[in-house]
Amino acid sequence: MQPPPIHSWHWLDASDLQAVIDALRGEGRRVIGPKVADGAVILGDLVSVAELPTGWLDEQDGGSYRLRQDPAAGSFDHVVGPHSLKNFLFPARETLVSFAREDGVWHEQAAAPPAAPLAVLGVRGCDLAALRIQDRVFLGNGFVDEAYRSRRERLFLVAVNCRRAVATCFCHSTGCGPAVEAGFDLALTEVDGRFACEVGSEEGARVLSEAGIVDAPLSTDEAETVRRVPHDLASRMHARQATDGVPRPRSLDTHGIRDLLMANPEHPRWDDVATRCLSCTNCTLVCPTCFCASVQEVTDLTGDHVDRERQWASCFSLDHSRMHGQPTRSTTSSRYRQWLTHKFAGWIDQFGTSGCTGCGRCITWCPVGIDVTEEIAAIRATDGVTVAREEASS
Amino acid sequence: MAAHKPRLAVFKFASCDGCQLQLLEAGDRLLELAERVEIDHFLEASSRVVPGPYDVGLVEGSITTADDAERIREIRRQCRFLVSIGACATAGGIQALRNWQRVDDFVGAVYATPAYIQTLATSTGIAEHVPVDFELRGCPVDRGQLLELLSAVLWGRKPHVPGHCVCVECKARGTVCVAVAKGIACLGPVTQAGCHALCPSHDRECFGCFGPSESPNLVSLTGFYERGGASRAALVRLVRSFNGHAPAFRAESDRLEGNE
Repeated sequence: MQPPPIHSWHWLDASDLQAVIDALRGEGRRVIGPKVADGAVILGDLVSVAELPTGWLDEQDGGSYRLRQDPAAGSFDHVVGPHSLKNFLFPARETLVSFAREDGVWHEQAAAPPAAPLAVLGVRGCDLAALRIQDRVFLGNGFVDEAYRSRRERLFLVAVNCRRAVATCFCHSTGCGPAVEAGFDLALTEVDGRFACEVGSEEGARVLSEAGIVDAPLSTDEAETVRRVPHDLASRMHARQATDGVPRPRSLDTHGIRDLLMANPEHPRWDDVATRCLSCTNCTLVCPTCFCASVQEVTDLTGDHVDRERQWASCFSLDHSRMHGQPTRSTTSSRYRQWLTHKFAGWIDQFGTSGCTGCGRCITWCPVGIDVTEEIAAIRATDGVTVAREEASS
Repeated sequence: MAAHKPRLAVFKFASCDGCQLQLLEAGDRLLELAERVEIDHFLEASSRVVPGPYDVGLVEGSITTADDAERIREIRRQCRFLVSIGACATAGGIQALRNWQRVDDFVGAVYATPAYIQTLATSTGIAEHVPVDFELRGCPVDRGQLLELLSAVLWGRKPHVPGHCVCVECKARGTVCVAVAKGIACLGPVTQAGCHALCPSHDRECFGCFGPSESPNLVSLTGFYERGGASRAALVRLVRSFNGHAPAFRAESDRLEGNE
């Protein structure tokens, strides 16, 4: 059977999607996808399309996430949950290398065999944008993180075009979605209980062919209609207005954002947000692009074994800036400023891109609902204002 | 460490013995430890007692009597490196709830002959009585952290015992936030990590067993929960439990009560 051409479109029903999952699993991949667990749509191991969150919708706001059932909801009408691709490509903890001492001589231990290649189903436009950013961090500028590379190279992505946004979504402001444009193997758009599937790569074509799906192409008109789905959502997101009684829809003015933030290191808003900020690290850990980690040598009681372990770190913890026995960013104000200015400004200097994709996770999963779009808007509204201590000293 | 095999002692004050059990139930790790140190005082494990001085002393429990206040001073004199282990030893424990009440009322209500009871009005942590070299938090302490601390002392390095909050552990294991997804008032964002997010991973709020994290903002957190419908009384109960007498938690429960 000839694989379908790249950028061709095919109709899949639920059983076809199951065949795709079966084909991916059949070639030894671990298939990850959205499923309902513990009151949220998480990313977990997926065996059957029956595990997809069909009929579930999420409502999100600052510090709040709730699921509700809606018989009209499709399999992908939820948006992003607490997990992202980061959880799988850059795991929270991994052993980089191990050594053991035998007869007084240290030997490097053989590395564990690589884990099964991953296939992730349900990846959104903001997720793909985050992946592009993480690729620059872990693979770009001549510094290649081998652990990341081995997982990334074998990654198979089934993307989804969103047809719904929640109040915390602002990918329309960052230009990261909702349409998925490139960087996927297959992309799905849900229409009337079926999935219009666009082939995005040779690998995608091969898997589709493997799953026995080649002969249900969309007509030109159908493809045009399907293509409009995420763009219609983008238009609706741009037109959203704050309404009483519902969460405020987020948007972000990114115009000149680098210079705006870099020019306001003494803005009083940093102290203001520090009265609310818990320094709990949640925003950075759910962020699909935050990449900080700490590396430490872990020894055991015998002193004959040592593991070099890497784990997620956060600029909100004191240890992150501890040098010469002291944290250089000892106040929450300085830590919040570090995070926000790095994400939206320093990142542009460092990686040529903003670190924010507009996924809204940091807003939803902040236990006290601190909202980056609101904080940046407040600084923009009073650009150039400085705290009293600065005025007094200058 | 000294050229001789380091000498380890374990002491107990007002406590449930659960922290000592973390060591006693360490299985093979305890055997490894016993090969490298002389366990010279550990009444929970053995009645064999070798007099001090000791290289490392682990102290469980809080100070609740005048005799204990004297005994901890002698233990301090006998131990080169003194570690308080657990919520009782680091913050006075659950029994520090007495610090907000009149202890004579309890004595009168519980004991047939109150005159036999000699007790202090407060339950306090070890560091309020003698200098302590390291405080290992938890109710009980985490076995991994306890062994990490002992390894670090044995090998002369800094222990990896982070001061960040429980949220880091929830996120590392992929646990969905119970506060955000279920509206449960959880102390995780202000509580030091170490338990591997045990309660949130079982759909329950964090009870603050490991005490305040390195830079806790309780006023913001309880304010958010209050706006979400939690009562002040419930928040006081949440903050004032196993580590209720730890300074940051104590200040917050007092503030919540004072503003009622």
